[in-house]
Amino acid sequence: MTEDTNDNTNTNCNYLSFEDGIADIDRQIAELSSLSQKEGTDNSSKIRKLQRAQVAEFKRIYSSLSPWQTVQVSRHPQRPLFGDYLNLMVKDFRQLHGDRTFGDDPAMVCGLGHIGREKVMIIGQNKGRETKEKIKCNFGCPNPEGYRKALSKMKLAEKFNIPIVTLIDTPGAYPGIGAEERGQAQAIAVNLMEMSRLKVPVICIVIGEGGSGGALGIGVGDRFAILEFAYYSVISPEGCAAILWRDGSKAPEAAEALKLTSSELQRLGLADAIIPEPLGGAHRNIHDTVYSVEQYIIKSLRQLKRTKLENLLDTRYKKLRAIGTAATKLSEAGVAAERIKASAENFIKKGKAAETKPATTKI
Amino acid sequence: MAKDNKSQWDGFSLKPRREMPEGLWVKCPGCEKTIYKKKAVENRDVCPECDYHFRIGAADRIRYLADEGSFEQIHTEMVSADPLDFHFRGTTYKDRAAAAETRAAGKEAILVGKAFIKGRGVSLAVMDFNYLGGSMGAVVGEKLCAAIDKAIEEKLPLIVVSASGGARMHEGVVSLGQMAKTSAALARLDDAGGLFISILTDPTTGGVTASFAMLGDVIIAEPKALIGFAGPRTILETIKVELPEGFQRAEFLLEHGFVDMIVHRKDMRSEIARLIDYTC
Repeated sequence: MTEDTNDNTNTNCNYLSFEDGIADIDRQIAELSSLSQKEGTDNSSKIRKLQRAQVAEFKRIYSSLSPWQTVQVSRHPQRPLFGDYLNLMVKDFRQLHGDRTFGDDPAMVCGLGHIGREKVMIIGQNKGRETKEKIKCNFGCPNPEGYRKALSKMKLAEKFNIPIVTLIDTPGAYPGIGAEERGQAQAIAVNLMEMSRLKVPVICIVIGEGGSGGALGIGVGDRFAILEFAYYSVISPEGCAAILWRDGSKAPEAAEALKLTSSELQRLGLADAIIPEPLGGAHRNIHDTVYSVEQYIIKSLRQLKRTKLENLLDTRYKKLRAIGTAATKLSEAGVAAERIKASAENFIKKGKAAETKPATTKI
Repeated sequence: MAKDNKSQWDGFSLKPRREMPEGLWVKCPGCEKTIYKKKAVENRDVCPECDYHFRIGAADRIRYLADEGSFEQIHTEMVSADPLDFHFRGTTYKDRAAAAETRAAGKEAILVGKAFIKGRGVSLAVMDFNYLGGSMGAVVGEKLCAAIDKAIEEKLPLIVVSASGGARMHEGVVSLGQMAKTSAALARLDDAGGLFISILTDPTTGGVTASFAMLGDVIIAEPKALIGFAGPRTILETIKVELPEGFQRAEFLLEHGFVDMIVHRKDMRSEIARLIDYTC
């Protein structure tokens, strides 16, 4: 995992490589406040001015993040993780373990809880914060048992008519020998099929990294939202660069070409909503981020719960079926053939009309 | 169709059969023996010595699978609209697609339509590895869904032959969405009680394995076909451990319980016909 940290040692916040201006202002503020403490001078007006400048700088940087910078923000070591959402948003969380077949995957966390006043089944990938935790949950890369656990808990929710909320944050499903032996592909495939026909509302939100099939494995539902600086992609930028550019270090170019940002996702009609992040990214204000997500979930649940089951399933199916239809077209030969066919039909119609007209006028 | 036309039928009538590459002899990657090419082709592109199954295009596949002249193709002219305007290393997705078209049997990585297999009507979808590695983009998803719809409407068994490297990177998230789309359509087929036989050939990996290819009511693999989620190179790069012998081969999947049977190319037709008779 690449951690793009600056060599600023005087602060505990990790700055990304494109945040030099912000780090600089932070350093100046720190100097001024330590100076005012030491010498008793009042620097508050200077500090306020610097803070205003910093806000402007934040707005400038974050209003035009490149796709690769977005990927870096989504991987920020302090970005709120699934665990943070559980702590701040879900009341009375009862974690449910195990896929009843092979084992329990710590990379996938499932359980019952309350969001607002709603009972929900909440499912998400946990990346882990400290090194030990990260290793335990495999850096958020689930194994097949994780996907099977998620599905079994979803079925449980379906049985008791509890809506499902999934929070997606994974670099991808784990590509290991064990994962292949236990059928990673089959586990994801079954999830896709079953989630498309679950008889309860399903809300999916990408909160960080939406990496390929690993993200999609819990990402099929009635609502699909993405945080402003999260990404969702068919392949990691590094992987794409390694294949198409034959050079893993060309990831920034790959990120650009893959169009993996939230705004592009909405433009392509794959995301229903973009949940805005606080100034400077989710990691700069975890509470606000979680609150926005919570509000989105509550609002969507209210809408979805009003919908008749039949309509809910029908709309979900139609939405899934429409993915990419706009990305297909007829080839030039096909267009020409269509035109000929249409004109031929027209000709026949005209002929028929000419034939039948006298008959009708006679009567 | 008259008997003397047999050798000219190429699975569907639009394109003439592709000429064989130069050289009368080929080296079999399985047994490393040099074999007479004509002999291998007569043997359905299977090595007569060691039963190595050569990779074949969609046209040959249909010729070996469907009754002669029975394949009625639909959506032949559907192509990708390049949703991302994808370009890389000085070339573009459009250029690559145009170049791929000359190698492939159709205008995309999948051919779909109605066919007969030993007299049983089926909705048939065959992927073509010669077109951008058989990758799944919006067109593959759309055409496959059309085949699924046909199977539902006309109560036909659905046969899908997969040969693919996975989702098509050049279409980004749109191609990722095709995994969900095809799986949802298959859920409809399942609800309608239709039979879906998924045939996995060399290679079937990535997003295709992780969606429709693994959702068959019956899953059949060709001998020694590479089938997996992550490609062997990706796994090697991630875990940096030597991969075991036969890893991700059809036999490996059979052993681990993910395919129903491994069927030789020459027996595929009769095996499918028998399965259809049992279930329909």
